[in-house]
Amino acid sequence: MIHVVDMTLLAFLALVAIAITRMTNLFATSVLTGVYSLLMACIFTVLDAVDVAFTEAAVGAGISTVLFLATLSLTTQREKPQRSPNWKALCVALLTGGALVYGTFDMPHFGDPQAPVHQHVGPHYIGVSPTQIGVPNMVTSVLASYRGYDTLGETAVIFTACMAVLLLLQHEKRRDEQSAVEEKPDKEAMEHAMILRVQSKFFIPLILLFGLYVQFHGDFGPGGGFQAGVIFAAGIILYSLVNGLDKARQIIPPNVLHGLVAFGLLLYAGTGLASLFMDGNFLQYRALAEEATHGEHIGILLIELGVGITVATVMTSMFFSFSGRRRS
Amino acid sequence: MDLIVYYASWALLSCGAFLCAVGGLGILRLPDFYSRQHAAGITDTLGSAFVLIGLMLQSGFSLNAAKLVMILIFLILTSPVATHAIAQAARQSGLEPKVVAEEDEA
Amino acid sequence: MSDALGLYNYWIAIFLMMVGFYNVIASGNLVKKLIGLSIFQTSVFLLYITMGKVKDGTAPILGDGYDTFSNPLPHVLILTAIVVGIATTAVGLALVVRIQEHFGTIEEDELIAQEDSP
Repeated sequence: MIHVVDMTLLAFLALVAIAITRMTNLFATSVLTGVYSLLMACIFTVLDAVDVAFTEAAVGAGISTVLFLATLSLTTQREKPQRSPNWKALCVALLTGGALVYGTFDMPHFGDPQAPVHQHVGPHYIGVSPTQIGVPNMVTSVLASYRGYDTLGETAVIFTACMAVLLLLQHEKRRDEQSAVEEKPDKEAMEHAMILRVQSKFFIPLILLFGLYVQFHGDFGPGGGFQAGVIFAAGIILYSLVNGLDKARQIIPPNVLHGLVAFGLLLYAGTGLASLFMDGNFLQYRALAEEATHGEHIGILLIELGVGITVATVMTSMFFSFSGRRRS
Repeated sequence: MDLIVYYASWALLSCGAFLCAVGGLGILRLPDFYSRQHAAGITDTLGSAFVLIGLMLQSGFSLNAAKLVMILIFLILTSPVATHAIAQAARQSGLEPKVVAEEDEA
Repeated sequence: MSDALGLYNYWIAIFLMMVGFYNVIASGNLVKKLIGLSIFQTSVFLLYITMGKVKDGTAPILGDGYDTFSNPLPHVLILTAIVVGIATTAVGLALVVRIQEHFGTIEEDELIAQEDSP
């Protein structure tokens, strides 16, 4: 039965991908990319990857669509139509696809419990995680504790990407001169957005509260720092979309935002250093408390908080950079 | 009693699926942007409400049912606002609704 | 026939990979190329998560009555990859915005023409 749902969703995904290729209106393509991410999240849920589905839905269907639409509002909306499909590119793609399909005939069938990927490290983590770490969500225990070093590197990559976007799209000076002229049309726009404003006043606190719930509940169910950070950023982006970028910048000053970006990463690395000073190895959380599992819990809580803070502030500051750029 | 609940949830789920399919067909076939928004509205409200209530009947009186109630409230409160925002943005950028020409001639 | 059922997921992942690949090399618009790259990335995620699924297993969260779990390791790797993917896409989009401001276009052939003619 699960095969039928799986195969139908994958067929839809392939159709959406073809539609994205054929369309020339870039706005429609961005929205279709959001639909693609949402379908992918459904497929991940069917394939038992609930944490991944959560992240894909939040990041792919949320933040990614917002960033693409922000870019399109600063550039063109229509792609230059190609008169005929690019035959050379199609040939290369078909040949590569054919070679890869030829390679799949040696791969283990879908769901095979005897596949090599389920033989060595996977069962080991599933076996020792309940006793060594004691956290029900095994994805969190692997992400935060067994593979904590990789997650530190990933947080550093997000930090670096935020630095790159800030360097490229720094807040321009000439916006201050234009702000006096633009104030009037903004007021009119806000009158029209009355329903949206009332609605968002009801929902933004709930969204932020849900983000905090996902952050701290990541040990017991799907969730964790990444998803929570993205949900938190989505709440702030909703406020900024409804009430204007200036008001959002007043509520969350960019200096505080940039400071928090660094603080999250420092919290993560600091937890690692703290365990180094407490007679353990770098990022060995069991050294943080007398009882090993208690130390693991403290360590996972702190680093997930660091990851959540970094991701939320990075997504927010990237959005502020994109929407603060005036169309030239 | 269980059998009644089972068949009721089955009926609600199929009604919800049918309404979502009708909404999808409407989005493809209706002639004008604003009428297509009406079709999208069916999917958002009645289609998902039937599906969610059918799922609530299946999960009985438990935490899952409470979560489904919250999801239903959230969907009913946000989807119509989203549809409104799209229609208003279209109206403000100048998209005119398609008017039937016969009334002018009469 | 059992080959087709067992390998269908991988074939769809390869098809999506090739659609993304075609978008990257054949389309002239820079934003379309980035969208193709993002399709390519998500198809690789699909491949990994498909390999991590165990038949009759459940999500890797401990609960009463479940003893077969899907492998949590691919999930961890892909969680990382998704967030890194969006970070690099954001940098790519920032570059596109600056290219548009400097050259006035984001079509590849117009950019090359502008660079060739001084």
